[in-house]
Amino acid sequence: MLKAIRSAGADGLMIIIGLIIVISVTFMAVFSEYIAPYDPITPVGRAVEPPSSKFIMGTDSIGRDVFSRVVFGSRTIMMVVLLSTAISMLIGIPLGMLSGYAGGLLDRALSLVMDSIYAFPGLILAIAIAAMLGPGVYNTAVSLAVVYIPTYFRMVRGQVLSLREQLFVEAARAIGARGSRIMFKYIFPNLVYIIAVVFSLNVADAILTEAGLSFLGLSVVSPTPDWGFDLKNGQRYFLSGIWWPVVFPGVMIILLALGFGFLGEGLNAIMGKEER
Amino acid sequence: MTSLKAYIATRIVLTIPMILILLTLVFFVMRVLPGNPVIAIVGMKASPKYIAELEHQLGLDKPLWQQYLDYLGKLIQGDLGTSMIWGRRPVIAEIMDHFPATLELTICGFLVSIIIGIATGMIAGVKSGGKVDFSMRIYSIVAYSLFIPWFGMMLQLVFGVWLKILPVGGRIDPLLEPRHITGLYIIDSILTLNFDSLVNALEHLALPSLTLGIVLSGIYTRLVRSSLMEVFSQDFMRACRARGLKTSSILFRHGLKNALIPILTMMGLQFALLLAGAVLTETTFSWPGMGTFLMERIEYRDFTTVQGTIAFYALFVALVSLVVDLIYAYVDPRIRY
Repeated sequence: MLKAIRSAGADGLMIIIGLIIVISVTFMAVFSEYIAPYDPITPVGRAVEPPSSKFIMGTDSIGRDVFSRVVFGSRTIMMVVLLSTAISMLIGIPLGMLSGYAGGLLDRALSLVMDSIYAFPGLILAIAIAAMLGPGVYNTAVSLAVVYIPTYFRMVRGQVLSLREQLFVEAARAIGARGSRIMFKYIFPNLVYIIAVVFSLNVADAILTEAGLSFLGLSVVSPTPDWGFDLKNGQRYFLSGIWWPVVFPGVMIILLALGFGFLGEGLNAIMGKEER
Repeated sequence: MTSLKAYIATRIVLTIPMILILLTLVFFVMRVLPGNPVIAIVGMKASPKYIAELEHQLGLDKPLWQQYLDYLGKLIQGDLGTSMIWGRRPVIAEIMDHFPATLELTICGFLVSIIIGIATGMIAGVKSGGKVDFSMRIYSIVAYSLFIPWFGMMLQLVFGVWLKILPVGGRIDPLLEPRHITGLYIIDSILTLNFDSLVNALEHLALPSLTLGIVLSGIYTRLVRSSLMEVFSQDFMRACRARGLKTSSILFRHGLKNALIPILTMMGLQFALLLAGAVLTETTFSWPGMGTFLMERIEYRDFTTVQGTIAFYALFVALVSLVVDLIYAYVDPRIRY
């Protein structure tokens, strides 16, 4: 794997940059208490103080430290996105395997349902679910999970369809392996790499959707630090020149989405080359 | 031509299950998920009697299957219910007040994204493998990662506050609003020969369309690039070159034209992205479209309108994907057989 990254040139560089971003933000999310200089939810200075040596990213409209909120905000978005992705994978991957392997009517019905959800604008579906469930980390995670189940389903199903026709699966069947054994012992290991690619690209997308939901006020409630939510709160004063409560959380959203995007894109390119 | 007709008929029939599934999904989200819509409307503190009354009024006290049939039956007749606040107007009328604004924004955003996408995709596809190609790949990832509200606000700051050349929000100056014919201000102002309105409407459209268009252009960069490379590797391209056609002719008349056909199929799905992106663009630019409307009604807990609007989105998406497929079949005869 490492050798592959090193020999991949530009693609390898993308993977490395992506990894650096993702690991840094994860570090920030895990050790928020040690990194943030102030409490993110209590006012610690005057309102809308511009960035200075005391507050490196300034303070927001009620005097909270923007940098501390950015640090703790990484925890909120990472928790929501990783939780939602775990749910999507836990449902989407087994269903995709089942559908692709079993075929027939079940496959047709499942595919039709998944394709329909896939065709629906993701953010709008998430908005509807989030509006009904109410705010909170778990509810937001569920709203996002529903949106991304079809992504995993479609990818896994497609892979299984081609894998089940291959010789090694036929051989396994010939020596009398049961369906469940073929799925987990023979097919699943071949899915791991592509799941990693889809995971990265999908998380990049989920980050933007989470940020969108919280920008619309449907994800977390005040005073929880959250990048999209803080961006929304800063919007009111933004055009009068108070740029710091908006610019920093926004840059973080983009950076994190880019990190996963680069990672997925790089892995995808390397996989394509290996296949060739 | 008969085969095209047969294709259209099959495709329309195949749209019905998709619509049914989407509407069922909407029903499921709005009624079956935990969370009582009535409590969502009136809040936890309302008296049980009032809650029961409202439940009865909304038909929520009926068995679920009956609610489901009522819901589908009304939808077939084009009835999305009536709003629960203010004038209690039919939801469909309220939607139609806001739909043209969204349509105008998505069409313009689409044009921006496809123009930038084709240009960058062609640059990348022609010089594939090199530094230019790689920077276009980076462009496509970065563009897609630009968080719409953030990017929109940056454009507002640069063009609205610093350069002061474009308005930062709204759809048109209220005094210049053209007479409503289609609801699309650009078309209305052209039809009424009202050029002040036209210019004003275009100025207001500029930043939202650029925001939406640039963010989504990265997808087209990628699609055009890979499609163009695919076409270039085919035999007829070698034949074109062997016959000594001019590079521009090879690129545009033979290359691009064939490369764009597969991209058509993707447009149905891209359209869903446009609609989703439009919600964020609209709320950033106070654009009075469906997205702003939906968010406003969620805030007011206008349950029937929210449900109706989401159902409308579902119908609209199904319709667009049908139309895209039909255009595709018309353009590429291979599909029909």
